[in-house]
Amino acid sequence: MRYTFLLYTDPADLAHMTAEDWEAEKEVYGAYIGALQEAGVFVDTDWLQPVQTATTLSLKAGAKEIQDGPFADTKETLGGYFVVDVLDLDAAMVWAEKCPAAKTGKVEIRASAMGGN
Amino acid sequence: MSGCQNRQGGNPGIRDGRQLSNAARAAEMAARASYGRLLAFLSVRTSDIAQAEDALADAFAKALDHWPENGVPRNPDAWLLTVARNRLTDVQRRQTRFPTEHELPDMPEEESSGREFPDQRLALMMVCAHPAIAADLHPPLMLQTVLGLDAKHIARLYLMSPAALSKRLVRAKTKIRDAGIPFKIPDREVLPERSTSVLEAIYGLHAHDWLDPADTLGEEALYLSDLLCKLLPDSAEVLGLSALIAFSHARVNARIVEGILVPTDEQNTNLWNDGLINYGKRQLSRAYRLEEVGRFQIEAAIEAVHIERKQSGETDWEALNKLYHAYLTKVPTAGGLVAQAAITGRLHGAEAGLAAIEAIEETVGPAFQPFWAVRADLYARSGRNNEAVACYEKAISLATDLPTIEFLKQRRIAVLPN
Repeated sequence: MRYTFLLYTDPADLAHMTAEDWEAEKEVYGAYIGALQEAGVFVDTDWLQPVQTATTLSLKAGAKEIQDGPFADTKETLGGYFVVDVLDLDAAMVWAEKCPAAKTGKVEIRASAMGGN
Repeated sequence: MSGCQNRQGGNPGIRDGRQLSNAARAAEMAARASYGRLLAFLSVRTSDIAQAEDALADAFAKALDHWPENGVPRNPDAWLLTVARNRLTDVQRRQTRFPTEHELPDMPEEESSGREFPDQRLALMMVCAHPAIAADLHPPLMLQTVLGLDAKHIARLYLMSPAALSKRLVRAKTKIRDAGIPFKIPDREVLPERSTSVLEAIYGLHAHDWLDPADTLGEEALYLSDLLCKLLPDSAEVLGLSALIAFSHARVNARIVEGILVPTDEQNTNLWNDGLINYGKRQLSRAYRLEEVGRFQIEAAIEAVHIERKQSGETDWEALNKLYHAYLTKVPTAGGLVAQAAITGRLHGAEAGLAAIEAIEETVGPAFQPFWAVRADLYARSGRNNEAVACYEKAISLATDLPTIEFLKQRRIAVLPN
């Protein structure tokens, strides 16, 4: 079953990070991706540009509305995601717990609604 | 990252490399000993770990400049200490804090050049594992201050954001300074409780092995527990912990073979390290003599029973059963409960084992991988292969490191019908 981990972190924690810090950060995430791949549960991941670069678009009110920024201002923002294919929620939780983002922010686990395995 | 390389299936090349580099490792450990001692001494004087670290880093940088040209001083530690102390005096003068002399009593050159300075690493460890500091920071703080490991390296070992960990460590040191956490050995009445939190931090290092079957932190844990034995020689639990870590580390080369985890009772005992085994036995008998039983001592005794197989050729399940019983009355952990159910299966047959494991299902919860692995094994032993396969599949889904996954897959294939 597919699960998506939505990684929420406080952008303030990422301020003042040097290029070297980012390299170290990538290495840690690289190790996590490697572990997911070795276990055969990795599907996809992405690391997103910071929330101030977001553009939010809606046609809900009839006309096109374009907002410069995220749809909701929150302290912790969506910074990336992982998609994994595991047996059940127990297994998804075990992997979410290993995610580096869980140690500094929050990982929201959502099961796929597209059905199938 | 190194942990990632190690787990590419227990590459024998890496392990050989580790053995060959024992001399280099010894040199590294000696350097660590002086780093920790110097930092402890400076921190106790200033109650400010970060400032002490800066001063010491400065002294090491000066040493790199000076020593190649002028030769290594007769007492390198004293040289480093003097330079670091001068640096601290400069910093404190610049901060116009008053008075500085009381905080940094002058130590005459002649004294520092000859005599040993006191080992205050125990006080430093007590600060690192102080209850006012978040428990998950105790192990990284100790690694950084007592062993001088770099924060980035620690973050990699824990698979944590290095920037986030550094920030938390900086905050912890600021709190230690500003909240006035004392740099001293606690009084007799709180000493047992406070040393327990130091022990738990070291135990945490030892138990940490995700993505790191080579047990890199095991050596650090061994070093710290051995150091703690020297600093607190009359504590049975300290001795018990050092025995436990030594026994466990003695088995490190047998734990993963060709990328597959090997259970303790199936490991090739020729790969066990006799030096560490003997050290562990000595520590454990010293602990026995203190007649004060605690969880670490029982855990060490459990390890000792496994280790005994090297002599006797078989595992004494009866002894293990008694020890786990004693262990569970002290610490009813999920791991302990599952282990005891497995032992029941060995002693009284698979059906009895299955009854025992089903009885603890609610207590340990549905997401505990060893529970499913043991249950699968018990089903396999009782000949119920379909149930065994289902349980192995659940266990595989909950395993996050490759050697364990490969081990479970191998067992699953062995019980597949046809």
